[in-house]
Amino acid sequence: MIEIHEVTKSYGGNAVVDRVSLTLPAGGLTSIIGPNGAGKSTLLSIVSRLMPMDTGKVLVDGLDVSRTAGDVLARRLSIMRQDNHITARLSVRDLVAFGRYPYSKGRLTAADAEHIERSIAYLGLEPYQNRFLDELSGGQRQRAFIAMVLCQDTDYMLFDEPLNNLDIKHAVETMKLLRRLADDFDKTVVVVLHDINFASAYSDRIVAMQAGRLAFEGSPEDMIVPSRLQAIFDVDCRVHAVGETRLVNYFE
Amino acid sequence: MMKPALIAIPVILLLAAVSVFTGVGSLAAADDGRGWFLVVESRLPRTLALMLAGAGLAVSGTIMQMLARNRFVEPSTAGTAESAALGMLLAVLIAPNLPVAGKMVCAALTALAGTALFLQILRRIPLRSALMVPLIGLMLGGVVNAITTFIAYRYDLMQSMGAWMSGDFSVVLRRRYELLWIGLALTLVAYATAARFTVIGMGEAIARNVGLNYDRVVALGLAIVSMVTATIVATVGMIPFLGLVVPNIVSLIMGDNLRRTLPVVAVSGAGLVLACDIVGRLLIAPYEIPVGTVMGVIGSLIFLQLLLSRRSHAG
Repeated sequence: MIEIHEVTKSYGGNAVVDRVSLTLPAGGLTSIIGPNGAGKSTLLSIVSRLMPMDTGKVLVDGLDVSRTAGDVLARRLSIMRQDNHITARLSVRDLVAFGRYPYSKGRLTAADAEHIERSIAYLGLEPYQNRFLDELSGGQRQRAFIAMVLCQDTDYMLFDEPLNNLDIKHAVETMKLLRRLADDFDKTVVVVLHDINFASAYSDRIVAMQAGRLAFEGSPEDMIVPSRLQAIFDVDCRVHAVGETRLVNYFE
Repeated sequence: MMKPALIAIPVILLLAAVSVFTGVGSLAAADDGRGWFLVVESRLPRTLALMLAGAGLAVSGTIMQMLARNRFVEPSTAGTAESAALGMLLAVLIAPNLPVAGKMVCAALTALAGTALFLQILRRIPLRSALMVPLIGLMLGGVVNAITTFIAYRYDLMQSMGAWMSGDFSVVLRRRYELLWIGLALTLVAYATAARFTVIGMGEAIARNVGLNYDRVVALGLAIVSMVTATIVATVGMIPFLGLVVPNIVSLIMGDNLRRTLPVVAVSGAGLVLACDIVGRLLIAPYEIPVGTVMGVIGSLIFLQLLLSRRSHAG
């Protein structure tokens, strides 16, 4: 369980995240949606202790993220951010292997090697595993970073806009994969998404933020309704039920 | 994985042997022990000093590139070498009787301050184009160098300053280069902690994500780079481009998993300096061109080539 209590973060008097309190139960896939500048990515960075908060508290399975040792937390929670620009020139395999760093500190054991094999296979990266990251396409690189997070094997996995810069095929593959992490591996997955329809189709829970505040939270059925979407994004739209999925049409 | 080492080690031994047997004085002519004397007092120290300085600078360059997350950074493009020279100058002025080791500590401290300042400036500049980073470093180095030159000029110490900033091994004798072994010890520390520096090179977010104490590792890296640079400035003088050329070539071929590549970087650095020194000693024998100058010419050419060929990986 991730417990967020009254978290605030300001830049120059401007609250980017404003007294947000939220509890995310263990298991399932939660999407965080909201307009640009709503504070979604900042909140995710605070929860994953990449960024300090001004006030408030975040507990992951009872561990206070601002006080827990970095490597202890790194075995519970991982985050993949959107700008994965890395200077070190690494092969896919090396990158994935660094997902074991919290456990092995760079000296890989046989158990680590097994995790690495499994993660590479799970993302279908075997053909490229010895290639350098800068020799891969955007979609392949994205998969390599997801494999690294998978290899880190934490109960909580956070993804900050993982679909950015992906074409439709890779975006759908990535979302299906995140869904499988929740279903097959019992992971708690939290994803910041821009596309409401992706959120609608793949989430168990949707959290909406607006101007740094928590606006709404609920199941896709509760959240994907015109009145709420209007309140969150300030656009008129219609919602159509297609099979079990609710799709938002905001083009009319 | 073993291949580069298998090729590099015989090459380096050969270069070291050539280095020992290159020189004005003949080792064979006199058999009254003078040949042996020459080897022990001058030739061997010189060859060892070359190898130690080369390995240390190449490894320092690699670490700096991971810390600054930029391929064009090394001690002479980040203000580190200039700051070390300022420290030497201040030590000479304030405590002229301090032994060289003491002056080196002063140089290490100013190098640390200068490099830390460089990293601080980088953190504050929002848009970091790959080429902006070394430009900032060169400007910072220029400012520090101007201050040092101003002081050196007033106290008539321009010649010493020249010795610190331009690598010359012709003065190396036994008991005058041993500080460089500190550099080797630090290089070994860097190797023992190599995985951490690779993680640092993956960026702050990923480093924190895998639980690394980012600030502490950056501090360790800064300490290693500053000390190595200081030992070199204090004993033989700075060798430019080495810390750029060697890490970039090794990275191009083998990548940057430092646990694997750092030994190759160290050995190649030693080899390149040995080769440049031999060239410098042979070109205008019996006189010689300082290794800093030879390296400056060869290094800048190789570096220009790298710059043109791998612009896409530059960031």
